[in-house]
Amino acid sequence: MPIIEVEHLIKRYSGTVSGSAGFTAVDDLSFSVEPGELFGFLGPNGAGKTTTISVLCTLLAPTGGSAQVAGFDCVRESRQVREQIGIIFQDPSLDERLTAWENLRFHAMIYHIPPRERRTRIESVLEMVDLADRRNSIVKKFSGGMKRRLEIARGLLHRPKVLFLDEPTIGLDPQTRRKMWEFVHSLRSNHQITLFLTTHYMEEAEACDRVLIIDHGKLVALGAPQELKARYSSPEATLEDIFIQLTGHEIREEPAGSRDVTRTLRRWSRNLR
Amino acid sequence: MIDIAAIQMIWLRDLIRFTRDRAQILGAIARPVLWLLIMGFGLGSSFGRVGETSYLEFIFPGIIALNLIFASFLSAISIIWDREFGFLKEILVAPIPRFSIAVGKAASGSTVSLLHGLVVMLFIPLIHVQLTLGQILLALPLMYLMAFVSTSLGILIACRMTSFEGFGTIANFVIMPLFLLSGAVFPLDNAPVWLKIISRLNPFTYGVDLLRGVFSGVMHYSVALDLSVLFFCAAGFLGLAVMAFEKMD
Ligand SMILES: Nc1ncnc2c1ncn2[C@@H]1O[C@H](COP(=O)(O)OP(=O)(O)OP(=O)(O)O)[C@@H](O)[C@H]1O
Ligand SMILES: [Mg+2]
Repeated sequence: MPIIEVEHLIKRYSGTVSGSAGFTAVDDLSFSVEPGELFGFLGPNGAGKTTTISVLCTLLAPTGGSAQVAGFDCVRESRQVREQIGIIFQDPSLDERLTAWENLRFHAMIYHIPPRERRTRIESVLEMVDLADRRNSIVKKFSGGMKRRLEIARGLLHRPKVLFLDEPTIGLDPQTRRKMWEFVHSLRSNHQITLFLTTHYMEEAEACDRVLIIDHGKLVALGAPQELKARYSSPEATLEDIFIQLTGHEIREEPAGSRDVTRTLRRWSRNLR
Repeated sequence: MIDIAAIQMIWLRDLIRFTRDRAQILGAIARPVLWLLIMGFGLGSSFGRVGETSYLEFIFPGIIALNLIFASFLSAISIIWDREFGFLKEILVAPIPRFSIAVGKAASGSTVSLLHGLVVMLFIPLIHVQLTLGQILLALPLMYLMAFVSTSLGILIACRMTSFEGFGTIANFVIMPLFLLSGAVFPLDNAPVWLKIISRLNPFTYGVDLLRGVFSGVMHYSVALDLSVLFFCAAGFLGLAVMAFEKMD
């Protein structure tokens, strides 16, 4: 039985500006992921990857179709789905006024990690991302890469059955990237864990059991990297060649960065006080 | 339904953030100073006495209410903050019931708000209001109850707001009327009927009445009525806040 099952999924964002009719971010998408798989979810900017993940994580209600994780429906059984999953978000999601340790400790609390285990588990993930000596620093003072590392540590803390990684390695140096993958692979061999990964790094995609390429909310290709190469090109081709061949050469509009919003907000907050 | 660990986490987090937020602590001190100075000494000098009490004694419970209401809303509004900075996602995706999240938020907001209320107590020696320890201890649970009512109301509003810009509007059209029309700053005995009606519909009228009863023994309504209104509003607003929370994505 597949651990993730998506059938005819549709997500339409309601139009907000100037009476626009709404935007279909995910358009009749169907696929499934097997337990224990490392599944690559690829696509150009704005293809609908984060939107799909948000539906699977119960943060967004789909407009049509259905999505199941670990046998539970993402809408009707959201509570059970949440018990099975973990996620490393693409956008920042730390509490920057807390220390690294506090961020992890609070995560451990809401994921019901037994108090006896909390300390050792937090220590080991902090070790993994090389932040052990900064555990008591306020996160606001971290560099961008350090914040990212902390988010990765947090996502791996509670050892979920299904882990969603939404561009986990953006902004990371090669050392950290390698360490993170080592940790993830050791996690995979010691625990039964399914990984659902979006990434723009093709060498990370090459390591996946299967990859799905999505564009404009629609499935473009699905299969093992070797299979895709054989099907669309030659075995010597890189996944990047295939990706560009299938999704075209033009550059996609980047959605407005959430970091700009954050900056504006901070300014307001200062003025208000 | 009740997830103790989740409630604990939300409560602890807000308390830690409070102790690190110097601006907030400063606000907690500055607000009563301003009101006590300007209203208490300024208005009081031309107002004289209210019934048998001095004006300062009269508005003292009102200033406590002001700090409670203001801090509660500020605390509840941090939900919008958490949404903009992304931390809300971390909470919403966790395997904890929304009900517990809302209860935790109400409890933590009320606690922080109670601390803001306690700050006002520090001014007791300066304004010649005679209070016994017993009176102060009796006031604490009542203050928490008032804080709980306004925090729940604040959460309810925050869940429906999409940007922080709205806070100014909330402050002007919710906090200030709630405060001014609770009998906190001036007695409503001689006010026009429509004002009296509004003040009767304002839950904080009953909270201020209770505090005033504890501090000076002068009350407008019965203790039973005051308490039932407050408990009823606490339960009602919390219920609505939970519902709003469940609908939010
Ligand atoms: N809240 C929203 N309201 C309206 N449109 C949205 C919203 N969020 C995303 N979109 C739109 O939906 C489309 C898909 O966005 P999504 O974030 O899923 O893309 P993505 O594949 O994750 O892209 P990236 O690689 O840049 O992260 C984009 O065109 C985006 O503009
Ligand atoms: Mg994305």
